[in-house]
Amino acid sequence: MMISDPRPLSPHLQVYRWQLTSVMSILHRVTGVGLAVGAVLLVSWFGSASDGPAQFAQFQGFLGSLVGLVILFGCSVALFYHLCNGIRHLVWDTGHGLELASVYASGWTVIVATAVLTIIVWGVGLSMWTH
Amino acid sequence: MAMTRSMRSPLGRVLGLGSAKEGVEHWWMQRLTAIALVPLAIWFVVAVLGMIGADRAAMVAWLHSPMSAVFAILLIVAVIYHLALGLQVVIEDYVHSEGWKLGLIIVMRLWCIVLVARGVIAVLKLAFAA
Repeated sequence: MMISDPRPLSPHLQVYRWQLTSVMSILHRVTGVGLAVGAVLLVSWFGSASDGPAQFAQFQGFLGSLVGLVILFGCSVALFYHLCNGIRHLVWDTGHGLELASVYASGWTVIVATAVLTIIVWGVGLSMWTH
Repeated sequence: MAMTRSMRSPLGRVLGLGSAKEGVEHWWMQRLTAIALVPLAIWFVVAVLGMIGADRAAMVAWLHSPMSAVFAILLIVAVIYHLALGLQVVIEDYVHSEGWKLGLIIVMRLWCIVLVARGVIAVLKLAFAA
């Protein structure tokens, strides 16, 4: 049923102060949606290889292009963030770490871990890439 | 009266009451695929690093090694199942028209089925390639 007469909402996003908790929460969703788009890349990688040598070479070439590398970088940051914050969520599901101090500590840990993983993996990857 | 494991009233179950229609199942499968994806994602990142600049022959060789094809298929299935559940929640949160909500969820799920088929068949073709 269409909402033909939407009622006004009191301002929230424009008013409420941004905090680590809320920012990381929406980032988890944003990276999740981003990765859902990236999943097409994952399937296409295997798909192009199964299609044939020429198709796979073309796809690999695209991944190695500037646009491809930017996309890959975005996907990797999203993956590492969503993975680390996902583990944080799973810990919360057991009932642990829900005190405010713990939430902030684990939050910063996730951010640092994301950065570290990105640097390590891209460092290794770029050093192994003889293009 | 038979003892069932469900705590829902029969009428509630039939009418699909509740925001996600079958909430707990959704919640549990989301956690299960998430748990599976932790090791699978790590395995995949390591594998991809080895596949930088690879050609199709290298992919075939990789997927011929013992557990690679198994993990690749598990990864594809787990990722797509996980993302289908996640996207459904996003759609349910932001789409308020019942018709659009249902339509988008259907299209999204069908798209996921296509993706899974493409991915799994691709891995199998490579795993069985000469």
